[in-house]
Amino acid sequence: MRLEPVADPGLVRRIGLPALALVLTALAGAGLAAIAGADPLATLGQIATGAAGSRFAILETLNRATPLIFTGLAVAVAFRARLWNIGAEAQLYAGALVTVLIGTGLAGGWALALPKPALLALMALAAVAAGALVLLGPVILKTRAGVDEVVTTLLLNFVVLLFISLLLEGPLKDPAGMGWPKSPPLDRAARLPRIVEGLRLHWGFGLALIAAVAVWVIQTRTTLGFEMRAVGRNAAAARFAGMPVNRVLVRTALLSGGLAALAGFSEVAGLKGNLTLDLSPGYGYTGIIVAMLALLHPLGVVVAAVFVAGVFVGADAMSRSAGVPTYIADLLLATALLFMVLALQLTRFRVVRG
Amino acid sequence: MSALAEILMQASFWAAAVRIASPLILATMGELICERAGVLNLGIEGIMVAGAFTGWFTVYLGFGLWTGVLVALLTGMAFGLLHGTLVVPFGLSQHVVGLGITLLATSAAYFAYRVALPEVTSPPRIVPFPPLPVPGLSRLPVLGEALFSQTALTYLAFASVLATSVVLFRTPLGLALRAVGENPAAVEAQGLPVIGLRMGAVVAGSGLMAVGGAFLTLSAFSSFFFEMVNGRGWICIALVVFGAWMPGKALVGALLFGAFDALQIRLQQAPLGREVPYQVFLMLPYILSILALVLMSRRAGVPAALMVPWRKGER
Repeated sequence: MRLEPVADPGLVRRIGLPALALVLTALAGAGLAAIAGADPLATLGQIATGAAGSRFAILETLNRATPLIFTGLAVAVAFRARLWNIGAEAQLYAGALVTVLIGTGLAGGWALALPKPALLALMALAAVAAGALVLLGPVILKTRAGVDEVVTTLLLNFVVLLFISLLLEGPLKDPAGMGWPKSPPLDRAARLPRIVEGLRLHWGFGLALIAAVAVWVIQTRTTLGFEMRAVGRNAAAARFAGMPVNRVLVRTALLSGGLAALAGFSEVAGLKGNLTLDLSPGYGYTGIIVAMLALLHPLGVVVAAVFVAGVFVGADAMSRSAGVPTYIADLLLATALLFMVLALQLTRFRVVRG
Repeated sequence: MSALAEILMQASFWAAAVRIASPLILATMGELICERAGVLNLGIEGIMVAGAFTGWFTVYLGFGLWTGVLVALLTGMAFGLLHGTLVVPFGLSQHVVGLGITLLATSAAYFAYRVALPEVTSPPRIVPFPPLPVPGLSRLPVLGEALFSQTALTYLAFASVLATSVVLFRTPLGLALRAVGENPAAVEAQGLPVIGLRMGAVVAGSGLMAVGGAFLTLSAFSSFFFEMVNGRGWICIALVVFGAWMPGKALVGALLFGAFDALQIRLQQAPLGREVPYQVFLMLPYILSILALVLMSRRAGVPAALMVPWRKGER
């Protein structure tokens, strides 16, 4: 067999194949439920109602989607320029760390005396800077020394997490924390407000939507966006055309690392109120799935993040009642990812014999 | 300094270094075979988890240790077949598919573990591979304990280096495999099956990765627990680069890494080491891997067609 390009893929191909990928994923989910000894259809139904069956469930899903929008955007921006940032997890924690340092007054009490909007803006910007810095290292190694960024960003995740662990058991440890490795809570002034008083959804979600639109504008309306796409499509041709490829990669990295760090800022300041080692259950890695399901489109990232968050929230709820292990969520998402990339390839190519 | 010299003189230290290196050697050879044929396999981390689980679970069900190794090998080959199919004939992004395979294999192992053992809180243990001293040689000073009093899987790891080296550089198959990683169009012109060669390399390499994972459960820790692979797969990818895609050099890299890891464990317990937070020691292997990548990055040796999908009839 071999692949032959499809000159002008029709609507059936462009919509039908991705839809088929989702159907096959649902079938896989039913199969997994059966393996775990549960009723397949009921399990899928419980995941759906757990994700979106009530106002509480929907808000929970949107809350869970918030960090995924940020990490999904971080990955989408980077992958578009073929910068393989697998380190969003580390960048998230870097952002969370800086948020805690400022928001608890550990970095100096003067910050807490600022008006609330200024304080929040300072925390967010400092988080962006920290995340950008974490990715800057691997990217400079890539552009200067030709070191593959996949491995360096992956390995840095472990280094940064251990560093956070060190801080949480040392200088950052909450004296009133009963010995648990967690930071002191943020000052009340440093907390992101709720969007609607009384509902758990916080302004981190609003910020995530703004970020998605901002990234979309950058990608479609600015020179940087054009250069990022050109570098991603063909770095050698972009260099030949006189584009400063390395500078574009560095700027992409700053944007990507900063976006991932905002996930940390939003989780700490909007939801958790302090820093612990389980702040992120792998949001940085899940961001890769979100970005791929969104076809690297920044607005698509919002939709994909809500979908992925729904699978996680729904699986948690289902697991409590039906007893199917929550790992079914990760399995379903991995399946969806692989089916989806295959479906997308088959919209552009058809398989012919010979 | 004298504490360091004392550690380096201990036979048990070198034995630990070789033990720590063993799973890395197996998985590194697996990755090296894939990359030599032009396919980056980021599924390695998850394939090691899956191999660690299926190998352990087979033995837990009452089958023999070697059956466990075989099942792990087949598990790895199955994931390799999936990875290979998606990236070789279908030409999908090797980065994306590899990370997807890692997530798939990892969560499949965790899911299966929870389905099979819903109630357990502490991971059940199995009887692991016993040390297998080589008569005579095992009584050599220092080296005897380090190299010749290990378990069967460690010997298998060394054998895998020899086998990889011989096949890649001494057989027509190896020549074809290397050529397919350098210039697939030329291999096509010779009338050899590019897709078949790449698929074969990915399937075989993934099998080795899973056996590397099985080392952890069948030879080292005796039970399966979450997060046990803990980035070892990513370190193997760094080791392939460090070894400039040569089996012997990658072996040296893995042994150096093992020695370093064994050293940091001992330094943690040394009087001075107890003053330093333990996380610093745990960070060192990852930092060392990054440094090794930086030092080696200027050297040639990258297969020219690595990560380049190939379509029939394309030049």
